[in-house]
Amino acid sequence: MSATIDYLLHLADNAVVLGQRDAEWCGHGPILEEDLALANVSLDLIGQARLLYQRAAELKGDGTTEDQLAYFRDSQAFRNYTLLELPHHGALVGYAVADRDYAATIVRNFLYSALMVHVWDALQTSADSTLAGIAAKSLKEATYHLHHSRDWLVRMGDGTDESHARAQAAVNHLLPYTEEFWTVSPAEAAAVEAGVGVDVRSLRGAWDALVNDALAEATLTRPQVRGYVPQGKVGLHSEHLGFLLAEMQSLARAHPDGCW
Amino acid sequence: MLTPTVAGKPMTTATLEQVWVALEGLTDPEIPVVTLRELGILRDVRSGPDGLVEVVITPTYSGCPAMGQIEDDVRATLENAGIAARVITQLSPAWTTDWMNEAAREKLRAYGIAPPHQTKPDVSVVRFMRRPAADPVACPQCGSTHTVVTSQFGSTACKALYKCLDCQEPFDYFKPY
Repeated sequence: MSATIDYLLHLADNAVVLGQRDAEWCGHGPILEEDLALANVSLDLIGQARLLYQRAAELKGDGTTEDQLAYFRDSQAFRNYTLLELPHHGALVGYAVADRDYAATIVRNFLYSALMVHVWDALQTSADSTLAGIAAKSLKEATYHLHHSRDWLVRMGDGTDESHARAQAAVNHLLPYTEEFWTVSPAEAAAVEAGVGVDVRSLRGAWDALVNDALAEATLTRPQVRGYVPQGKVGLHSEHLGFLLAEMQSLARAHPDGCW
Repeated sequence: MLTPTVAGKPMTTATLEQVWVALEGLTDPEIPVVTLRELGILRDVRSGPDGLVEVVITPTYSGCPAMGQIEDDVRATLENAGIAARVITQLSPAWTTDWMNEAAREKLRAYGIAPPHQTKPDVSVVRFMRRPAADPVACPQCGSTHTVVTSQFGSTACKALYKCLDCQEPFDYFKPY
């Protein structure tokens, strides 16, 4: 049971952290249509996170609620990919008020949704029937997110010199963080063993094909990646997650059990 | 995902048919021309193992803010009708716009929303590779298929924004899900 809960928290934390990040564009989108798009993508992600947290809380069976899981755990307890907590700007930016770069947003959403369409597809046959139900819904949403981010990736990469350079910089910055996808955490191994989770390594070929196809159409180069492997999904995060959670959790913590 | 509800008013033993009738007036809060039944949100009204009426609903988009309102509407309608029932939220099978029948689609069109196309069959993971060629979306005002997408996301989770290049009207398209 705890294997299933840990796995659900990994999936839920991914969704809530990226949902929170993408929501930063609400009211600040580069154009109105993209402002709407990112708010809608966030809404889907936070909706997915809620369903997953609800299921985890139900399995815990000790009165834990979805809100406690989202708002009252600290950064070390979060099991999301490091990729998803990074700010919307490029490498080597040491302060959080830097201008956000939409290329970073698009590349990240693309890399993540290219993974999640395969993850959700596989989880439709999870031994946990509630998770299988969530996966069937989330697959529809992730596919739409993939199409949206892929369209923009191609548009930026195969666009002007400026948009191409920014898209390439974002790919160079973010692609190395996807190495974390392909290591199997103890929680994932236990979930695979229980028939609840999917072995991510089996999805790598399909993900590679999808990414290579899109980068080629976008006239972007796939950088060689080796070395550092992030470990967000085992709770070792970058310095950025704490700030993200502080913003997301402060209201709930200032008014515990508040409702309206 | 099971929340029992007991009505505060004196309860009658309603037949399943009466419950369907009572709930038939409920529409989507954002799209008041189609009922919850027509949208496929209201899945079933049945007799539970203990004899209590069970109303089964299914969520649309995972994050659709209207779902809370819809669930409240169902409960309030049952209470006002004095019907004792429990509302069950069921995730599987996942909601799909394919459940909308032709009559519901026609109501959407008359309301100014282009109804959803049938979803593409799930053939293989290859479907993720590239956006499939989009079928033309007909303008709900003039019927022309000479239309363009202006935004893949719209005012609610379920809609995209289009524009008709013949009559120039902007309109909503109910996305296939």
